[in-house]
Amino acid sequence: MQALSQSFKDSDLISIADLSRDELEGIVQAARQLKENPQPDLLKGALLATCFFEPSTRTRLSFEAAMLRAGGSVIGFSDAASTSSKKGESLSDTIRVAGSYADLVVIRHPLEGSARAAADATPKPVINAGDGANQHPTQTLVDLYSIFETQGRLDSLHVAMAGDLKFGRTVHSLSQALAHFGARLYFVSPDSLALPDSALHELKKKGIKFSYHKTLEEVLPKIDILYMTRIQKERFSDPGEFQNPCLLKKRHLEAAKPNMKVFHPLPRVDEIEGSIDASPHAYYFEQAANGVIVRMALMGLLLGKL
Amino acid sequence: MIEQTLSVSAIKEGSVIDHIKAGAALHIIRLLKFAENGQRVTVGLNLKSRSMGLKDLIKIENCFLTPIQAAQIAIFAPKATVNVIEDYKVAKKFPVQMPEAIRGILSCPNLRCVTHSESIPTLFTVEENHRSVLLRCRFCEKTFPLAGNEDPGP
Repeated sequence: MQALSQSFKDSDLISIADLSRDELEGIVQAARQLKENPQPDLLKGALLATCFFEPSTRTRLSFEAAMLRAGGSVIGFSDAASTSSKKGESLSDTIRVAGSYADLVVIRHPLEGSARAAADATPKPVINAGDGANQHPTQTLVDLYSIFETQGRLDSLHVAMAGDLKFGRTVHSLSQALAHFGARLYFVSPDSLALPDSALHELKKKGIKFSYHKTLEEVLPKIDILYMTRIQKERFSDPGEFQNPCLLKKRHLEAAKPNMKVFHPLPRVDEIEGSIDASPHAYYFEQAANGVIVRMALMGLLLGKL
Repeated sequence: MIEQTLSVSAIKEGSVIDHIKAGAALHIIRLLKFAENGQRVTVGLNLKSRSMGLKDLIKIENCFLTPIQAAQIAIFAPKATVNVIEDYKVAKKFPVQMPEAIRGILSCPNLRCVTHSESIPTLFTVEENHRSVLLRCRFCEKTFPLAGNEDPGP
C-alpha cells in the first residue's frame, strides 16, 4: 500500500484508462478502510478548488462534502457564467490561477480533453469530474467501490449494462475498469444505442467476454450487477414514438439472484420503477452516497495523506 | 522507372522522396514547409508506379531530411522512401518509419476536443497493426484511422 500511496501522491486523475488494476484496487481498499475507520481530520488544512464550467449536482456536492467532512476547505465556481472564461480567458490560465490558490483542483467542463489540458496547466493534482462525453473517472471509482461493497469482490463478476450504451460515458469507463477484473459483460440496449466499436475493440483486445441483448429478462437470472442508465428521448428523431426497451419493473426482479444489485449513476427518469426503491436489490442511492467516501479517499491519496 | 524519373529533373544534391501515395505530396510539402524557405522543390503528381499504380514524388535541392522529418512524412505516406542524392547519385536510401507519437502537426477530427479552443499542441499516439494505423488523441482519447489525408492544421 505504501508503494501505491507514493504512486498516487501529487498525481492527477484524468482517465480510467490511466489506472492499473492495482491502482483501482488500491483506491477501493482506501475507501473501504476510510468507511470503517473515519478520519475527520484527514484533509485538515487542505484547500480544494472546484472548477465547474457546467452545472452538476451530485458530483460537485459529493466532492465538497468529502473535503469538508475530512476537515478541509473548498473554493470554486459552479458554472462558466461566473468566471473569466466569459471574458475570453483560456481554460489553461483559469486552472493555472486556481492551482496557485488551492492544493487540489477538480474540473468539470463540456469539452472533451479539457481535464488533460487542465492538468498540463498546473503542478497541483487535477481530478477530472467529467469532460464532455469523454471520461468521468470518479463515477467509475464510485461504481467499482459499490460493486465491491455489495459483492465482496471485483473479480469474475457478471455485469449487465442497460440503456444508452452509445453516449453514456459511465458505461464506457466502467467496462474499461471491469476489463481488469475478468468480468463477463452483458449489453442491453436498442440497436441504435449499442456500445460504440471503439469500446468493443478495447474489450476484445483485453479478451473480455460480452454479449448483446434486447431485453432485461434475457440477462437478469445470470447477473450480479445490473447497471441501468437513462435513455435521452432527444436522441430519437421522433421521441413520441420511442418505446424504451430497458425499463426495469418490479416483476423482473423475481428472476434475479439474491446477491444481484441494481445500480444507476443518476439522475434516473422512468427507467427504474419507483416501487423497486424499497427492494433489497436496489442500491443506486447507496451508490450515490458512496460518492463522498470514495472521493475523500482519492483526495487523501493524491495529497499524500493515505 | 526511367521514364518517371526523367519526368522531373535530376538534382545534384538533396533529397528525393519517392513512393508517396498519390495526392499526398502537397500535404507533405505544406507539413514540412519545404516551399517556405527558398529551396527549389520539384513535385511529380500522379506518376505511374508498378507497385502503387499512381504515386507522387518530391525532390528538394540542398536539403537533407532529419529522422523526425522522415517520420512525419510517414504520417501521410507510410510507404515512402527517402533517397539522399549526392553528386547526382543515390548515396543512401531508406524507408520512412511511422513515429510513436505525432505532436503539433494534425488537427483532431473530433470537433468537441479541447484542442480546437485552447492554443495547445495536439498529440496523437500511433497504434499500428497489420491492417491499419490508428491515431489516439491524448486529450479527448478518441481513436481515428489514419487515412493519409488528415488536416495538418493551421
